[in-house]
Amino acid sequence: MPTTAHEDTWVVIPTFNEATVVADVVATVRTHFPHVVVVDDGSRDGSAEAAASAGAEVVVHPINLGQGAALQTGLAYALGRGAAYVVTFDADGQHRIEDAVSMVDRAKGEGLAIVFGSRFLDGRTRPGWLKSVVLRTAVWVTNKSTGMSLTDAHNGLRVIRSDAARQIHLEQDRMAHASEIVLQLHRTRLPWAEHPVHIHYTEYSRGKGQSLWNSVNILVDLLIH
Amino acid sequence: MLIQILLVIAVVALLVMLARSTADARHQAITRLAIGLFFVAALGTILWPHALTRVAQLVGVGRGTDLLLYGLVILFIAQVARSHRRSNELQRKITVLARQLALSEARHNGGQVAADRQPRDR
Repeated sequence: MPTTAHEDTWVVIPTFNEATVVADVVATVRTHFPHVVVVDDGSRDGSAEAAASAGAEVVVHPINLGQGAALQTGLAYALGRGAAYVVTFDADGQHRIEDAVSMVDRAKGEGLAIVFGSRFLDGRTRPGWLKSVVLRTAVWVTNKSTGMSLTDAHNGLRVIRSDAARQIHLEQDRMAHASEIVLQLHRTRLPWAEHPVHIHYTEYSRGKGQSLWNSVNILVDLLIH
Repeated sequence: MLIQILLVIAVVALLVMLARSTADARHQAITRLAIGLFFVAALGTILWPHALTRVAQLVGVGRGTDLLLYGLVILFIAQVARSHRRSNELQRKITVLARQLALSEARHNGGQVAADRQPRDR
C-alpha cells in the first residue's frame, strides 16, 4: 500500500514496449512511492494501459523519441506536479526499490541535490566481462567529458532534487543522454553523491540491455551532435 | 602535391563551417557566395573546357575531369554533413513538439490514458 512518507517524491519511469513488466515495476514502486509517472515513448504493445492499470500516471509520446526524450518529459511532468525530489527508474525491473528508498533518504538526510546509483561501488552486481568492459568505457568517456569522477555512468537509478532537475535540458534523445544528464547535473554545482545499488540482470533486461553495438552508438552520439 | 594540400584545406574548412550554427546571416551569406562562385566556375568550364585542364595541371592533377571529380566528392561530403545537421535540428523540434503534446494531453486527462487513444500502428 502506498505510504505517505514520500509524498514529495515522484518516480519517473520511461518505457518503450515493456507491457509485460512495467505493471509489476509500477506496483512495486508504489509500495513505497505514491507518485509514479510512466512516460510511454510511443509503445505499440499497450505499455501505457498496463502502467495506468497499476496506478501510475501516464504521459504518452505520440511517436517514439528515445529514452532521453522520455526522461526529459517525465522530469517536466513531475516538476509540474510539484515534485521536490525526482527518482528516475528503469521500466525493465533491473532496479531495486529498496535502493531507491535509501537513496531518497540519503538525499534528504545529507542535503544532497543529486544521488547517482552505482553498481560498481561494491561487489554485489556481477555483469559479464564484455558488459563490464562496455560499462567501464562509458564511465571513462563520461568522466573525461564531464570532469566528474563517477564509478558508474549509465545507471538509470538516480535521485534528483527539484532545483537540480530544473536545470536539466536533455537534447540527446537516444542513449547518450546518460552522459548528458551527468554533465548537466555537474554544471549545477550542487552537492551530489554516489550510492551503491544492486542491479538484477534478469533474462528480460539482458535481452534489452546495452550491447557493444549500443556503446558504439553512444560514443558517436556524444562526439557528433 | 599541391592538390592534396588544397583538398585537405577545403575539407577542413567545410567541416569548420558546418560545425558552426547555420542560423546566422553571415553563414548564409557565405553559403550564397560559394554557390555563386560555383556557378561562375561551372560556366567557365563549360565555355572554356581547356581552362579546367590548365587549372588542374597548375595544382598537380593530370586532367580537368579528375579535378572536377575531386571537387564533387568534397561537395558531396559537405551535403551529407549539412543534411545530417538539418535532420538533427528537425528531430530536436519534433521532440519539443511531441513533448508539449504529450504533457498537455496528460494534464487534460489527469495523467490517465485517454479512452479514445489510438495505438500507433507504425
